[in-house]
Amino acid sequence: MSGSSLRGKTAIVGLGAAHWGEAPGRTAIEILGEAAIAAIADAGLEVSDIDGICAATATHGFPTLSVAEYLGIKATFFDGTNIGGSSFEMHLLQAALALDAGICNAVLICYGSNQRTASGKLVSMSEPQWHEAPYKPRHPINGYALATSRHMYEYGTTREDLADIAVAARQWANLNPMAFAQGPLTREDVLNARMISDPLTVRDCCLVTDGGAACVMVRADRARSMKQKPVYLLGVGAAQSHRSIVQAESLTRSVAADSGPRAYAMAGLGPSDCDLVMLYDAFTITTLMFLEDLGFCPKGEGGRFVRGGTIAPGGKLAVNTSGGGLSCVHPGMYGMFLIHEAATQMRGHAGARQLKTCDIALCHGNGGQFSSEVTAIFGSEATL
Amino acid sequence: MEVSSPGPGPEAQFRAFLKEGRFMIQKSRSTGGYVFYPRIAEPRTGATDLDWVEASGRGTVYAITVNRAKTGDHNVAIVELAEGPRMMSRIDGVEAVPVGTSVEARITDIDGQPAVVFVPAEGAGA
Repeated sequence: MSGSSLRGKTAIVGLGAAHWGEAPGRTAIEILGEAAIAAIADAGLEVSDIDGICAATATHGFPTLSVAEYLGIKATFFDGTNIGGSSFEMHLLQAALALDAGICNAVLICYGSNQRTASGKLVSMSEPQWHEAPYKPRHPINGYALATSRHMYEYGTTREDLADIAVAARQWANLNPMAFAQGPLTREDVLNARMISDPLTVRDCCLVTDGGAACVMVRADRARSMKQKPVYLLGVGAAQSHRSIVQAESLTRSVAADSGPRAYAMAGLGPSDCDLVMLYDAFTITTLMFLEDLGFCPKGEGGRFVRGGTIAPGGKLAVNTSGGGLSCVHPGMYGMFLIHEAATQMRGHAGARQLKTCDIALCHGNGGQFSSEVTAIFGSEATL
Repeated sequence: MEVSSPGPGPEAQFRAFLKEGRFMIQKSRSTGGYVFYPRIAEPRTGATDLDWVEASGRGTVYAITVNRAKTGDHNVAIVELAEGPRMMSRIDGVEAVPVGTSVEARITDIDGQPAVVFVPAEGAGA
């Protein structure tokens, strides 16, 4: 049995966003709720039409229960898989399976956090690992900094290469009125910014914002008669490796190199088919590694690939057009925001940053410290 | 089938060895593979015939970072042991060393508990 049986069977038909940036006085569930209500309305549905919930947050032990209660949803399918930031790409797969099997008819995938106003810093969900604890690692950044040091050692990647990734993200953000970080940013600004965990400066790190995002998925046959242009799910592939970065088989090849090919196989597509590439950019190194691991450039060539604006507006590959976690929004777990931008571009609603052609979009979610990797590929009606 | 061995588990045994000043890792009798951090079975093979063996203490810095903070800087490293497994640790006596540097294990006190740290090996280029 081939996973391609799910290709094009489901679609995103509703999108919602709430409070990207700062939302003083608002709780995580309030922000999540606003994004969810917006997504349901965008789909032309009522809350009572939703019978599936996928959710993961940093604040709720049983997120699907919290969401169901808060919004008053009677669900026949619910999935609270939490594998970190990539949870929401995994939820796409769970939702597609459940919809295709007829377990439910309309699934809400949702996230919300007030991380910026509540704590002002990235909240790590990681319980301490006993074999790491004596050395006082700072998570999650140390894992990514360690991987960066190894990538530099093996492939000669430079801080300048990484800086160009942050600069490209900012240039996209400057075209997106919803992006939290705006204004000029140069390679020198990134290099001269405060060092947090060598070799990563604060500008190599994602933002810490508040924010919520949600989408509604239904079966493709129903999607065609609904209010919005359907964004079809063509493929999803997942892979996970380690809990502690120390146990990663490699620090320079993530299991995105496994999830990517699985998603490509289900979609019947490859990297060169993608009009838009949304890569989980918690840190500049994640963009670089995923460009390699997902086949957009050879392993070790990521630094050379991004040099000089390849992924910036007007460059040869459209990457993270929202401004990404680096410059648009990053409220702890970012995976739902990748999906939001991909679907926005595919609908043609991206304003000044709208791509001329966006028929195929790839979203790659990352969780933990290069721990859980989930790749999703969306297509327009023309790709079915 | 029931699999249960008496006494404390591998994590507690490792800590007890450390208190005696010994850095011990596990080795499977059947596969010859070394295991760290200590577990009840070798990852992947599931082999449970694990013996404790003294680690050589020799290793190489596989990756390293330095945390910068107002309260002081400290490095965090991943060391690849000569036996194969990797472990998190820190490199003492220096701010940082290049990836690839040869290091040697020491047992030191961290917050009142013995822990394995590393120092640059004799003659290691810095």
